[in-house]
Amino acid sequence: MAKKLESTLRNMFLSLTLISLVMSAALTFVYLKTKGPIELAARQNEINAIRQVSPDFDSDPLTTPREVDGVTIYTVKKNNETAGFAVKTYSDKGFSGHIELMAGFRTDGTINNITVLQHKETPGLGTKMAEPKFITQFLDKNPGSFKINVKKDGGQVDAITAATISSRAFCDALLRAYNALDAVDSTTNMP
Amino acid sequence: MTNLKYFTNGLLKENPTFVLVLGTCPTLAVTTAAINGIGMGAATTFVLVCSNLLISLLKNLIPNKVRIAAFILIIATFVTIVDLVMKAYTPDLYKALGIFIPLIVVNCIILGRAEAFAQKNSVWRSVLDGLGMGIGFTLAITLLACIREILGNGSIFNIRLLSENAATILVFVLPPGAFVTYGLLIAIVNRLKVKFNI
Repeated sequence: MAKKLESTLRNMFLSLTLISLVMSAALTFVYLKTKGPIELAARQNEINAIRQVSPDFDSDPLTTPREVDGVTIYTVKKNNETAGFAVKTYSDKGFSGHIELMAGFRTDGTINNITVLQHKETPGLGTKMAEPKFITQFLDKNPGSFKINVKKDGGQVDAITAATISSRAFCDALLRAYNALDAVDSTTNMP
Repeated sequence: MTNLKYFTNGLLKENPTFVLVLGTCPTLAVTTAAINGIGMGAATTFVLVCSNLLISLLKNLIPNKVRIAAFILIIATFVTIVDLVMKAYTPDLYKALGIFIPLIVVNCIILGRAEAFAQKNSVWRSVLDGLGMGIGFTLAITLLACIREILGNGSIFNIRLLSENAATILVFVLPPGAFVTYGLLIAIVNRLKVKFNI
């Protein structure tokens, strides 16, 4: 076996510097290579989520985002007429913190569809908020008349069994989306 | 043939999860679904093989007193590479594994193998060791994840075995279930090891 380098200050300095340089070069290379695909994946992700929740459209929704209090509103258009909105919203009241939803609204403020973008809720309990069984109760409802709040808090939403906190956070995020949309878009005829 | 034992070593005799009990943090945390186990295992195996390879190559260039710093530097680089590549090409898996990818850096299996094996052995043996340990880790956490997913969620690899409303033993997908299942598996593996004298 070849002799190992002595632990002198010079050797330690040179060795670590050299390794750092080589590793940084490798990282730079990978970063540059993956930068494009990562942006593309994120963009695709966003468009897929918008497509999933909002009414049918043919415009590029990412060109007209508006931000209000951390909520992003995308307007989708069909034949140059506003077809609806996709709102990326959040709540920090989840059982394990931050959750993010994409909620789609029609022009009159009715909920078209909702998808959960990100959450850290308990598997098997809070994770059920991403399942159709919970989400379908919001569809075609208008938050103007449908009280988005769990029944325990005097609302009209059936909470997930053993996951009331997650359900509350979901309602919180959804309400935030509706309020942001309501505040920003006066051109819509919401009740 | 003699080198083969460095590969099989990690599979059972010195399985990093059940026998060495290293890297328990990802073992307990990501094993709520079988697919997470495989993803985490594959990512860890990649990092383990690459870092073992590079560290055994550079072992004479790294002075003893700064070896840990050098190892971490090398490991962190590979983890960041995995992180970026996964984000770019498998965004769904990346979303599921989330925080645990960057945490591979501090997974003690990797530093442990660098310290205990790669810095003392030849390149080829280190690669075999990394591969064996990685596969052993993958098999172990996937087994753990399968048990937890079946019992706790009534599904496996996201395929439902029971109807949506069936009563499952929820505690298995929660942290206490991870400890219980892990402990039982360690006991079983050790019993088998004694019985068959491995």
